Amino acid sequence: MVAQNLFFYAFAAVIVFSALRVVTSRNVVHAALYLVAVLASVGAIYVLLAAEFVAATQVLVYIGAIVVLFLFGIMLTRAKIGADQNLTHDSWGTAAATAVLLFGVMAYALIDAFEWSSTPLPADTRIASVDGSNTATVSDSIFAEYLVPFEALSVLLLAALIGAIVLARKD
Amino acid sequence: MDDLLLNQFLLLGAVLFCIGVYGAIARRNAVLVLMSIELILNSVNINLIAFGALHGDAAGAVFALFVIAVAAAEVGVGLALVLLIYRNRRSVDLNDLAEMKG
Repeated sequence: MVAQNLFFYAFAAVIVFSALRVVTSRNVVHAALYLVAVLASVGAIYVLLAAEFVAATQVLVYIGAIVVLFLFGIMLTRAKIGADQNLTHDSWGTAAATAVLLFGVMAYALIDAFEWSSTPLPADTRIASVDGSNTATVSDSIFAEYLVPFEALSVLLLAALIGAIVLARKD
Repeated sequence: MDDLLLNQFLLLGAVLFCIGVYGAIARRNAVLVLMSIELILNSVNINLIAFGALHGDAAGAVFALFVIAVAAAEVGVGLALVLLIYRNRRSVDLNDLAEMKG
């Protein structure tokens, strides 16, 4: 249990530091690479919560596909390689104030609703696991209870695929 | 300090969400705004998985997977739009896109 807490705070520190670098870095490519660190650490947090299938999907889809897409986007829009001063609005202070205010409200609401020590997670966060893994439970759930949303999502992905091709095509 | 607490994960999600909101507002490059939106979607996923673990229910993981798929679709279309803007205007600076401003 202590080890879990140790790993949680280590990964949380990596997430917060790298996320801050994503939104403050002066170099677009560095921002994309810090995004990889954020996504990988979020995947580690999923493992801590025994959601190993979601963690694998996070690595495959986010780090494997979405970050590569971002790097393509950076290169195709010929972003300046190296430091670029024009990546942040001059009025970033207002944005920072908004974010801090939002965090204040959210933190107050969360601590008020789920008091600090009264809602511990179950010691074994695995859900009704089959052979010690959650993956079977998750797939049963997708293909029984959530079959209709799953099919709707397939149609959404197809629509996004066609839409992206139509938009990016030269004619 | 022994057990993992629900609030640890929810507050981590809140921090990540607010950093993403800051990035989406403060950044001028359209690709960086899309990256900030990815941070926001990840913070939501942390919350979904944490509540799923709390209730011992697979629904949290299922909806996190749905969010990941929707994020992939969003980035695909979003980057196609950014590419189109770049092709027409030779720039992805959001300050240059002010036609709709009253």
